[in-house]
Amino acid sequence: MTIFKRINGFWLSMVLAIVFFIVVQLLISRGILNSFYINTLFYMAINIILAVSLHLIIGITGQFSIGHAGFLAVGAYASAVMTMKLQMPFSLALLAGGVTAAVAGLLIGIPTLRLKGDYLAIATLGFGEIVRIILLNVDYVGGASGMTVTHLTTWPWVFACMLIAIIVIANFTNSTHGRACISIREDEIAADSMGINTTYYKVTAFVIGSFFAGIAGGLYAHNFYIIQPTNFGFLKSFDILIFVVLGGLGSMSGAVIAAILLTVVSTFLQEYPETRMIIYSIVLILVMLYRPKGLLGTQELTSFFRLRKAVEGGKQNDNKHTVA
Amino acid sequence: MELIQQLVNGISLGSIYALIALGYTMVYGIVRLINFAHGDVFMVGAFVGFYAITGLHLGFFPALLLAMVVCALLGVFIERIAYKPLRNATRIAVLITAIGVSLLIEYGMIYARGAQPVAYPGTILPDKKIELFGVTISSQSILILCTSIVLMILLQLIVHKTKIGKAMRAVSYDAEAARLMGINVDNTISATFAIGSALAGAAGVIFGIYYIKIEPLMGIIPGLKAFVAAVLGGIGIIPGAMVGGLVLGVIESLVSGLGYSLWRDGVAFIVLILILIFRPSGLFGKNVKEKV
Repeated sequence: MTIFKRINGFWLSMVLAIVFFIVVQLLISRGILNSFYINTLFYMAINIILAVSLHLIIGITGQFSIGHAGFLAVGAYASAVMTMKLQMPFSLALLAGGVTAAVAGLLIGIPTLRLKGDYLAIATLGFGEIVRIILLNVDYVGGASGMTVTHLTTWPWVFACMLIAIIVIANFTNSTHGRACISIREDEIAADSMGINTTYYKVTAFVIGSFFAGIAGGLYAHNFYIIQPTNFGFLKSFDILIFVVLGGLGSMSGAVIAAILLTVVSTFLQEYPETRMIIYSIVLILVMLYRPKGLLGTQELTSFFRLRKAVEGGKQNDNKHTVA
Repeated sequence: MELIQQLVNGISLGSIYALIALGYTMVYGIVRLINFAHGDVFMVGAFVGFYAITGLHLGFFPALLLAMVVCALLGVFIERIAYKPLRNATRIAVLITAIGVSLLIEYGMIYARGAQPVAYPGTILPDKKIELFGVTISSQSILILCTSIVLMILLQLIVHKTKIGKAMRAVSYDAEAARLMGINVDNTISATFAIGSALAGAAGVIFGIYYIKIEPLMGIIPGLKAFVAAVLGGIGIIPGAMVGGLVLGVIESLVSGLGYSLWRDGVAFIVLILILIFRPSGLFGKNVKEKV
């Protein structure tokens, strides 16, 4: 019965998503939405992919990574090289961006994921900086002046990638592997002693997260006309981190909502970058002081509906991490 | 000779890193927190020094002292407002708060005075070149080195000979037991922040005199590198931070001396990742077994 209901919920949200997609596509093709709104929408979707991918690493597996912009940069540059230098189609370039970022995630993940907490945070931060410095010094990709990229990102591409990212990560979270990752988040030593191969699962989550960050990088690169190493500094990592933290560490719908909200806010504050950063940082401090678990905590949006039903009758399982 | 010249430069740079790293290491040793805002306290110190010299027409040492006092107060203020309420929160929550405080200081500074860089007045210290066995050493760098060494000796005296130093060591060893022995843990933590921030303020003024240019975002990279230095020496260990800072400074100068100056910033992080992989407890650290 519950399985039936869950599948129902899944198809319901799929239908809603496709309706939303068609409506927006129609609005774009009829020219009702101007380019400002279209751009915001693209940016929102890219941010959602980034938020969800980091959510898998921090929220689900509990590995504190603050170098996510490094993977974004790897994906952006790899896909830009594919389209601009090797004249490959966009689809292949996106895939290449994702795969390159995943390989980078594997290479950096295997040694550093042995570290815990603060040390891991600093190591990933160092990785992000190293990527930026390498890109600054390689003339093939333009060094400090960056690379010009043609505009190839379209609404179907952005939407499809976002949907795939959400579905893959939600299903991963609900699988045996996802539960193993959650157990690592809750207590690594206990998980280890229950026979879970903690290194394997941490690296897996890290690689999946960096793959989607790489895909987002490909979309990002082909949405703006130029990419530069300075776009991928520590502040970018921090922007992604704040989505996950504000939404609630461990809540995917929270991360998505935070990504949408903050994209809107930062679009409106674009002309005042200092004010934007001041507001961001004050919000971050206040949230940590007064509501450290974030907007939704570890709950999902749907669990609020389920809660109401559970009161009416029947036992509810609050530890379910379903999307839909 | 070129090599020795680079070594001399490296030691000057390294002594600045060491001063900042001491603050990181002391705070980490006592509350297990990477104080991301530390690099920005360093920046504030540089600006206080600048305004003291240009606005109030103070000499080097009064300006240094003023910067140290202001930074000590700032450090205690940050600790009381942002970190103290989170004493029992998760590590991630505190780390994120620290990042938030860091950004708030940086962009608050930009908001207050704009992002444009300013230049330290070059005449504040006598600048004579001393030739020694074919190596040119400026009198400035000697004075800078002496100031850092005096501050480090002072720190060692405070930590090992005074009552507050004893309290610090006790709290970092076991905060609960220290509390039971009648030590005021909160005041001890505040004192640690004050001393660490004062050292960062001093480093800021020294940095300004040595590198001339200062700007509101100047704290990020030296802050991160000083953290690398603290990890290199073994975080939480005071002599480790000094040695780590000097080693890092020398490595960086050698890399720029070899003609890879653009890669200088990357080297620090490569050192960090290598040390974390092969010897996570640092050069001076002991390997601590995890207990359940």
